[in-house]
Amino acid sequence: MSTNWPLWEVFIRSRQGLDHKHVGSLHAADAKMAMENARDVYTRRMEGVSIWVVLSGNIHASNPDEAGSFYDPAEDKVYRHPTFYDVPDEVKNM
Amino acid sequence: MTTEAHTTDLQRYVLHLADTHLVLAQRLGEWCGHGPVLEQDIALTNIGLDLLGQSTTLYQYAATLLNDGRTEDDLAFMRREHEYTNVLLVEQPNGDFGVTVARQFYFDVFQRLFLKGLANSKDEALAGMAEKALKEVTYHLKWSSEWVIRLGDGTDESHARMQKALNDLWMYTGELTTPTAYETALAEAGYIPNLASLRELWLEQVKQVITEATLVMPAADAWMQQGGKTGRHTEHLGYILTDMQYLQRTYPGMKW
Repeated sequence: MSTNWPLWEVFIRSRQGLDHKHVGSLHAADAKMAMENARDVYTRRMEGVSIWVVLSGNIHASNPDEAGSFYDPAEDKVYRHPTFYDVPDEVKNM
Repeated sequence: MTTEAHTTDLQRYVLHLADTHLVLAQRLGEWCGHGPVLEQDIALTNIGLDLLGQSTTLYQYAATLLNDGRTEDDLAFMRREHEYTNVLLVEQPNGDFGVTVARQFYFDVFQRLFLKGLANSKDEALAGMAEKALKEVTYHLKWSSEWVIRLGDGTDESHARMQKALNDLWMYTGELTTPTAYETALAEAGYIPNLASLRELWLEQVKQVITEATLVMPAADAWMQQGGKTGRHTEHLGYILTDMQYLQRTYPGMKW
């Protein structure tokens, strides 16, 4: 039965004002069932106040094999961090 | 009617409610580890645990009302089959998933209507319990209604099984809205809602879901089983109690 049901990723906001965080995945036949399954599986101990479910197939992930070209070039660009710059003493609030 | 008579009726009634909740919780607990998928296994036991929590509150209240030294555990584990007064519907076996869904659906529609009325009870303990339980039961009803629709409006096989489950359990639904003498007395005194008055609403809400599920509503005037609320049960209850009470009967007073 479950093998016919698509996989869904579950995101939960633990408190108002916080971001939704990925908490896991589950199987469900449709979005309504996915929402209820998420409620039953992931919010039993008051973990959340809001749930997002997304079909896993709709999530496009970066390829680990491309990690070199994706992330390494940022390594030597320290000037992209604000801490790279000396703040003049005259600037009081920054 | 004297206050004393009300007390006796209330004792019987609270025990009846507690038994109904406990037996259904026990039935749902049987699914633990056997659900069709992990997610529904958890959903079923969540519902079971909600009902178990409600029954705990009720047994505690019953123990207070009885005031004869028995605790809520004694009431749950040391009473016999004919002393149990749960409705017949909840002791029916789990069957396939469709039967469990049908049993839950019939019960949830009733319980939600009933708790809404009970929230206005002149008995503060019952009103408080009803208010708390209402949120839980609203979710139970959503869950069971959607499963009736999903299975009814699903494949040919799920449709046929759902219809059979609804038909087979139908004769146990009349008892829900047929008051016993103690219920009639309590309703007249403002302790509990008038059960018979819930019948039309119950039929209407059940019909709405069954129709959306492309299923056929069983006949409203069909013959109905009675007896659970006065201690006359189907053969199934004895097996449930044997299983549930085994430990306390074998090792009385055991705690862990």
